[in-house]
Amino acid sequence: MPLKLLKFGLSGKYAEPRMFRTPEKMRDTYDLVIIGAGGHGLAAAYHLAKDYGMTNIAVLDKGYIGGGNTGRNTAIVRSNYLTPEGVEFYKESVRLFSQLSTELDLNLFYTERGHFTLAHSDASLRTMRWRAEVNKHLDVNSEVIGPREISKLCPYMDLSCGGHAPVVGALWHPPGSIIRHDAVAWGYAREACRRGVEIFQKTAVTGIDIVDGQVTGVQTSRGPIKARRVLSAVAGYTPRITKMVGIRTPIVIQPLQACVTEPLKPWLDQIVVSASLHIYVSQSSRGELVMGASLDPYELHSERSTLDFVEGLVDHLLDLFPFLGNVKVNRQWAGMSDMTPDYSPIMGTTPIKGFYLDTGWGTWGFKATAVCGTTMAYTVAQDDDHHLIRPFNLSRFGDYTLVGEKGAASVGH
Amino acid sequence: MSESKRLPPQFGEWIDRGSPVRFTFEGAACEGFAGDTVSSALHAGGALMLGRSFKYHRPRGVHSLANHDVNAMFEDGTDTNIRADVTAVRDGAEYRAVNTVGGLANDRLRIMDAFSRFLPVGFYYKTFHRPMSLFPFWERQLRSAAGLGKIDGNHKRNRTPKRYDWCDVLVIGAGPSGLSAAIAAARAGASVVCVDENARPGGTLSYAYGSEPAAQGRLDELLKAAASLPNLSIRCNTLAAGYYADHWVALVDGGKMTKMRTRAVVFAQGAAEQPSVFRHNDLPGVMLASGAQRLLRRYSVRPFESPLVVTANADGYRAALDFASIGIHVAGIVDLRPDGEPSDLDERVKAAHITIHHGQAVYEAVPRDGLVGIKAAVVCPLDKQGELDTDDGLTIACDGIAMSVGWAGADGLLYQAGGRMKYSDEFEQFVPETMPAGVFAAGRVNGVFALDQKLIDGERAGLSAAKYLGLSSPSTLPEARRGPRSTHPYPIFYHPKGKAFIDLDEDVQLKDLVNAETEGFDNIELLKRYTTFGMGPSQGKIANANTVRVLARLRKQSVGETGVPTSRPFWHPVRMDALAGRGFHPHRHTPMHSFHESHGAVFMLAGDWQRPAYYARPGRSREECITTEVEAVRHQVGMIDVGTLGKIEISGPDAGAFLERIYTGRFTNLKVGSTRYALMCDESGVVIDDGVVARLGEDRFYATTTTSAAASVYREMQRYAIVWGMNLTLVNATGLYGGMNLAGPFARRVLQPLTDIDASETAFPYMGMREGTLADVPARFLRVGFVGELGYEVHVPANCAKHAWDALVSAGGAFGIRPFGVEAQRVLRLEKGHAIVSQDTDGLTNPFEAGMEWAIKDDKPFFIGQRSLRIIKKRPIARRLVAFSLGAGYHGNMPKECHLVIDHGKIIGRVTSIAISPTLHEPIGLAFMPAEKAAVGTPFSIRIDDGEMVAARVVKAPFYDPHAARQKM
Ligand SMILES: Cc1cc2nc3c(=O)[nH]c(=O)nc-3n(C[C@H](O)[C@H](O)[C@H](O)COP(=O)(O)OP(=O)(O)OC[C@H]3O[C@@H](n4cnc5c(N)ncnc54)[C@H](O)[C@@H]3O)c2cc1C
Repeated sequence: MPLKLLKFGLSGKYAEPRMFRTPEKMRDTYDLVIIGAGGHGLAAAYHLAKDYGMTNIAVLDKGYIGGGNTGRNTAIVRSNYLTPEGVEFYKESVRLFSQLSTELDLNLFYTERGHFTLAHSDASLRTMRWRAEVNKHLDVNSEVIGPREISKLCPYMDLSCGGHAPVVGALWHPPGSIIRHDAVAWGYAREACRRGVEIFQKTAVTGIDIVDGQVTGVQTSRGPIKARRVLSAVAGYTPRITKMVGIRTPIVIQPLQACVTEPLKPWLDQIVVSASLHIYVSQSSRGELVMGASLDPYELHSERSTLDFVEGLVDHLLDLFPFLGNVKVNRQWAGMSDMTPDYSPIMGTTPIKGFYLDTGWGTWGFKATAVCGTTMAYTVAQDDDHHLIRPFNLSRFGDYTLVGEKGAASVGH
Repeated sequence: MSESKRLPPQFGEWIDRGSPVRFTFEGAACEGFAGDTVSSALHAGGALMLGRSFKYHRPRGVHSLANHDVNAMFEDGTDTNIRADVTAVRDGAEYRAVNTVGGLANDRLRIMDAFSRFLPVGFYYKTFHRPMSLFPFWERQLRSAAGLGKIDGNHKRNRTPKRYDWCDVLVIGAGPSGLSAAIAAARAGASVVCVDENARPGGTLSYAYGSEPAAQGRLDELLKAAASLPNLSIRCNTLAAGYYADHWVALVDGGKMTKMRTRAVVFAQGAAEQPSVFRHNDLPGVMLASGAQRLLRRYSVRPFESPLVVTANADGYRAALDFASIGIHVAGIVDLRPDGEPSDLDERVKAAHITIHHGQAVYEAVPRDGLVGIKAAVVCPLDKQGELDTDDGLTIACDGIAMSVGWAGADGLLYQAGGRMKYSDEFEQFVPETMPAGVFAAGRVNGVFALDQKLIDGERAGLSAAKYLGLSSPSTLPEARRGPRSTHPYPIFYHPKGKAFIDLDEDVQLKDLVNAETEGFDNIELLKRYTTFGMGPSQGKIANANTVRVLARLRKQSVGETGVPTSRPFWHPVRMDALAGRGFHPHRHTPMHSFHESHGAVFMLAGDWQRPAYYARPGRSREECITTEVEAVRHQVGMIDVGTLGKIEISGPDAGAFLERIYTGRFTNLKVGSTRYALMCDESGVVIDDGVVARLGEDRFYATTTTSAAASVYREMQRYAIVWGMNLTLVNATGLYGGMNLAGPFARRVLQPLTDIDASETAFPYMGMREGTLADVPARFLRVGFVGELGYEVHVPANCAKHAWDALVSAGGAFGIRPFGVEAQRVLRLEKGHAIVSQDTDGLTNPFEAGMEWAIKDDKPFFIGQRSLRIIKKRPIARRLVAFSLGAGYHGNMPKECHLVIDHGKIIGRVTSIAISPTLHEPIGLAFMPAEKAAVGTPFSIRIDDGEMVAARVVKAPFYDPHAARQKM
């Protein structure tokens, strides 16, 4: 038993300090207001405080810490993307994530499980090869493997898929991981607070003040704040914020759903994704199967669940794992995904001075939380896009320099 | 196991004593009756401990008998996580408790309980990560300790049909209020379905009112009234699992799902009884009073021998009378209320010689050895502030505690339906505030607890539903009174030694909540995520209410302000095979499928279609077969089944203009009887599909799409036709026509004798279109050249297609005709340098890069992607799709599609297509290259598997027949 647990048990009273404080009063002025206390907003706050000594920061959230998509996602972290820009970016995030428990001194349950993207046709095998080739070139561990090797790694899978769409191969990505998503937000929040950042929950931003193209403050449900820099990290709520500043982005909001089963003893180590079957699944450290599918095929600003989502998902899951028929689905939920046309994010400076965007995270942005922390902190502190995020600037839509990641992000989030 | 706790036959019992059931539990032989649940049969046999808890492996027994007893989960054969409290016992079953090591009694993990003080809330977040290198080890330990049942790879999937159903009013819950609502709505003329998750209807009438003679006959009356209404059906064993938008309700009975679309819903699901929180409140013998009453009334099982009843409402008194009525000695009633029970129940209890302790509460239960059951309870007085005076404890011997301190409305589905609830301080319960249209609530979810009032409230809800549907217009609706207050505001008592459980699923203790709040997890959702209360299989149905009270008190705010965690489907977990149903996998066959099968076709999937990849021949390799097919097309004649292509008929005055908006090219100037290549882009100028458009008449066009895009192109066309408000009709003819492409130098000689059209080059030139007959069936002929030979694509009605195909095959016999598959076609078109959209293009390819700018006609007012293409055109092109060759002498390892082009350690391009050309006898392909390296003759290197570099050179396309002479013969 680790020493820390012994100490816990033997100390008479509960000695754990408060993780995050709620300040009594909001100040009139901050150097920076961050909208959104999701993983992204909090990670940026933490790195600004730690790396740039900027602590006069208010993080505002209309709900609670990590209550947006940070608390709704299926927590898959991987770097087997398709474009060199994407791979470099997510690779850095995976590196940061693998050390994050130590960095934040909070066990985030980061576990390398290995990540399969199954191919059921030679066309999808081609895309897998493309990804593997780009990954390997950039030192990301990915390879195309055949059915025999898949079976060896994951003996439970029915590779014939009940005879409907046999698996012909897979992209195998050993560093693919899962993590306790909520804890990521808490860890960043705690460490940011410790350095003086102030977090205000249940505080909604209702307007943004701009004078001569320069941000001067925000209006909130608790009154106005003066600030010459504002970072928007609100994922599914981005269109409402960009409307406040009059910026147009190509973002549309579509629901993404997920569900979990009752807990089972561990049997599935890997993360399994099949784009043809439109499903993915992993088993959490609590034993639940965490399952999801592709995006709902319509625009909708809503977090409601649908029945046809679980029906379709489960039907295809049973093709791969027919023995799970008696396992029960416990709970389903949905999040609002901020989708971009090229499945890459929108990050960095904007035409409005002092207004920074961290959005376009769609179905894939949780894994970027760590690298968004460092790169957005740099960008805000220096008022200059960090080199890793330059390809993702909003201006790419005017320049026709998109970063096409659809092939690597449409089902495997 | 000890002596039987089964009572002699009781009025209204649910068991069938004529049908005994034999099974084993943890290896020991047991019996019960048909109608028993697994738990009731075991409890009847004297088994107190039914399972171990999730985290500390503490003994647990019957608690609610209402589908919340997730610590009594069993496996049986290949099945697992069986809810023993509600699952009918199965003859021959071999039950074992899940989540033990070495069996239930001697579970080796029971030591976890002793360690619990070392495992405070969220302990795993603060440990095991230093050093990180050891975490994988710890993670494995934690994972195998977590989880409940084990999966069995041999479990068979149950394929059951799903049913679609509809009704006017769906009533959820067949208790007194639900039945009353159903009857009222049905009497008003509505078609009504009333569902209940229990095996029989009745709700509280089936267990709670045994001590009230007047109530006994009520259920019969209700059921009789219901039976007389042909438009009312009652479905038991049917769970309303989730509510979805527009009154779409998932009903699950056993393994089957019914999707119910209803016009109105009445939620009459009653309430879930909530436990009191005190030390050892989780052990076997400590039950919800309603759980004990269910055992007693439904299954005729003695819940205990000498229980203490802890209560704050009339229900506890009724339970005590129930126990006394079968000769159980009640060790006392502990009433949290200083003034006790106001109704005549007080007198009746006293008459039964039961001692009542007013203004007191249970502080702790005293466990028996091994924690399997309890032997006493410590009872302390409550002061005015609701605090226990623990110095003044009284120990009362008892073998069980029946808790009846409050209820929480079973309102999960009501929340999902968009109902807004507010906390009633009067009744200490969340009650409906505003309801969406067509949604009604009745009975205890609505705060109505008295039996006569529940009946009235049900009637009100049923009539309101009928009124909402316009079926009746009563001038006044009956009105029920809420109450009496049945819920104590704070039946939760701290004990310094802990083990006062809030959530039995997750082993969350009271002190965990306190500690978590201290750490800053001070709103209900954060608290849930940190402590995991409410995340277990019972979804907090008997944990949430107490947690909210605890948090409200810690935060010094009201329960209403504190709020409840969001309710999500499912109400109870649902088996995957019920959700999946039969599992449909549509496979599409073209009319020629039987021909392909009998000619050795090896099929490949193209969306739902099965297409011949090639035709296998004995003793020949796949490559040889493909080569033979290619050679047949080049030298004699071949035929490929192209019936899978998307086929869309566009007709109407705006048809031509419409196509000019959809595609990049011009079509209004297309001559009747001609075809033209058609390229489709999206708004950002990316190539998304291509095909051929033929003009059948002034206002009639016929377009083909790629196989994979058939559905999406048709869908988008429909959408745009509406958005643009154009006057035209679209018909998706994909399945209406079979198609075949006859290609090769002898194609005309095979075709001409079978058709009435003049197939000669002059009468029917390349890119022409004709309508006529083929082997006496109506046919459309298109002169196309995808494979680079003289070719006729023939479309005939699907039901005649096989006939036409056979006719061509037999006519072609003399010319050496061969059917060819998709693989040969890929090679043939590659030799011609034709790109395949989505193989040789990707998600960002524009027509300039793909060498398709010739297909863009910008001299029209608008087409999809026009604005983007105009912008892109002005910029330098970054990359181009080029043709390349490895040289005639190349015999090394072959590159594969998607291998990368590497230059000075950088990715500069990618192979999109490659094959050894049987015609040119050299490896040829298409690749994306940077524009500055796209000139013919440029050498480049492809990195193949294992890092080997292969030299290639950009060549001129097409590789074969550069002047396209062969397709115009
Ligand atoms: C079902 C599902 C599964 C997913 N699975 C994965 C996965 O496996 N891997 C992966 O990498 N990604 C996944 N994602 C995507 C990922 O969850 C998100 O991209 C990511 O969490 C976004 O984080 P964020 O911090 O930017 O936004 P959020 O966590 O959504 O935080 C935004 C915050 O802004 C707040 N806010 C909004 N408007 C205002 C306002 N006006 N004022 C104040 N506050 C405001 C919100 O309350 C919210 O807390 C998934 C998403 C979903 C929905």
